Amino acid sequence: MAIEEKRLTLWQGKVTTEIEVSGNGPPLLYLHGPWGLTPDRAFIARLAAFYQVFAPKHPGTSNGDPDAAHAIDTFWDLVVYYGELMDRLDLEAPAIIGHSFGGLVAAEIAATTPDRVKRLVLIDPVGLWRDDLPVKNWMIMPEAARAKALFADPAGEAAKHFFAHPAEKDARVASIVSIVWAQASTGKYIWPLPDKGLKHRIHRIAAPTLVLWGKEDGIAAPAYAQEFAARMAGAKATLIDGAGHLPHLEQGERVAGLVCEFLGR
Amino acid sequence: MKVCMFHLMPYRDLPANFAQRYNSAYIDPVWFEVADADRVGAYYNWTLDELVYAANAGMHGVCTNQHHQNVYGFMSNPSLMGSVLAKLTNGSNTAIIQIGSTLPSTSPPTRIAEEYAILDCISGGRLVAGFPTGLPADATISNGVVPLDQRERFREALDLVMKAWSAKEVFAWNGKHYQLPAVNLWPRPIQQPHPPIWIPGSGISSTAEYVVEHDHCFCHLSYQGAKNAENVADRYWELAAKKGRDANPHRFGFLQLIGISETDAEAEEYARHAEYFYHNLLHTPPHYQAIPGCLEYNALKQAIANPTRNFNLREMSFKDLVERGFVIVGNPKSVRDQLLQAVKRLRIGHLMTLLHFGSMPSELCRKNIDLFCREVLPHLAPLWDDEWEDRWWPARLRETRRAPAMAGAAS
Repeated sequence: MAIEEKRLTLWQGKVTTEIEVSGNGPPLLYLHGPWGLTPDRAFIARLAAFYQVFAPKHPGTSNGDPDAAHAIDTFWDLVVYYGELMDRLDLEAPAIIGHSFGGLVAAEIAATTPDRVKRLVLIDPVGLWRDDLPVKNWMIMPEAARAKALFADPAGEAAKHFFAHPAEKDARVASIVSIVWAQASTGKYIWPLPDKGLKHRIHRIAAPTLVLWGKEDGIAAPAYAQEFAARMAGAKATLIDGAGHLPHLEQGERVAGLVCEFLGR
Repeated sequence: MKVCMFHLMPYRDLPANFAQRYNSAYIDPVWFEVADADRVGAYYNWTLDELVYAANAGMHGVCTNQHHQNVYGFMSNPSLMGSVLAKLTNGSNTAIIQIGSTLPSTSPPTRIAEEYAILDCISGGRLVAGFPTGLPADATISNGVVPLDQRERFREALDLVMKAWSAKEVFAWNGKHYQLPAVNLWPRPIQQPHPPIWIPGSGISSTAEYVVEHDHCFCHLSYQGAKNAENVADRYWELAAKKGRDANPHRFGFLQLIGISETDAEAEEYARHAEYFYHNLLHTPPHYQAIPGCLEYNALKQAIANPTRNFNLREMSFKDLVERGFVIVGNPKSVRDQLLQAVKRLRIGHLMTLLHFGSMPSELCRKNIDLFCREVLPHLAPLWDDEWEDRWWPARLRETRRAPAMAGAAS
């Protein structure tokens, strides 16, 4: 599948953003999680068979502009920034799909500007909090615990692929830096834990919403699927077998199928 | 040169199986599983006693520091300790070196400007104002600072503190991280426009560059000893030269673990305390150190491309620690020779001595202080003085020359 790479300068010239555009069909805005866009490409390719997918990189994670991570101060600014990005891409009211941190951003956009989101898909989003089920902070997790928290099968192909880095030195350094900086750039909005007030705004979401959750998510427990769905008028939640926090990587075909079924082709 | 006594205020009686039970000195050990508040009360008092003892024995300064939620050192607010030290050393020439309160963790940072000004007033102008950025775990986990904001907050906070200390008018502060409608600090430090500024770091990164650019004193607080610091020192002096600064050794501080006994053989008495320090107290796993965002982008690239040598501290015996130069121990002459060599090689103008480490009891710490101040300090003190002025030392203490120390006097 051909990927067109757009590069836009936004936010008074302070943020350069790369957007990977692929596929044909109704527009779909894809917001990646804390580890950058790279791990999600295979899943995006599945969606691109049916939709025109716009996959921007979060501020700070585009090539050549790490300082953009400092250019947007607050979650509020980030939501307004995404409004500007949608304007520039001529996306009037696309379907939006977001994973983890990207799910929270998608939900905030849908709560702030309900008329700009046609349909919403949230895959293991963060953003709500229960004291009895604290969301784990993946940025301070021991390496040994990380694979188990993210994947139902920590030794499976998806996990192996996710944690692999190229062998060649420069590429390896670039790959590690990119994944660390992506966590820094996204983590700043949800540090030290991701309850930043969505609970006060989530009722504003008007778009029909599908909440998908890996049954073995070790970051945010599957009980959060209902916490999200119950707060939105038109939402339903589906749990995914054999998946942790990254069901779109571990059960890509099934998740893509559910998304297509929900969005319509 | 100036030589100071540094103290971490560690937990001194950890259970023997601590290293097996906990994979981290930070965050994980639950207080009630490990610690006892009465014991800790004694530690705080011993720590203050040991620092005052060192001051009375002739040390030029006493150093406190800030850490949180760990067994390795928990002066959570070093100003509390500093104020006791300032009071108890009044009438002496001892510098009160706060190195110090961590600006990014304290909001608003004018609180630290006030505390430091109080210390300068109580001590009669003997304060050295140290400003660490704070360890990643301290700032971001214990105090909830956004990792990506830590260094930005540090720089903005220090600008605010400096202005708050010396501004002749009431001012408003409209920063990115701090906003205050009317700043008019009470009190202001005796030392104007500001006390000497020391900024610690553990290598040459954006912090060292900032320090050189602002003409402060950079303190390399390493636990790997002078022998392993040559590269850092060389890079620091290159950086200073590149930025047009002179080679005044007093713009560089260094910390060293030291244990002195009457003979080399007797210096074995430090073995278990050094091992306790490196095996238990210093063990912090990478996920509490390499927190995404704590290193700025270029520093992160550097760190990934050129990883620093990773010693497995828990596998190092006392013999290893001595042989590799992490700790300098031995008879007075041997320690003196090693330190003289290190000070000259690295161009250290401010030596911070860690004469208490790990589980060391107070008696041994006092003996260490006695021997150091009697047998070593008089040989170090005259270094550099003929050639370089210490511009990073409280002005009122610069001209005072003290008589050779009387070990253990007036404790």
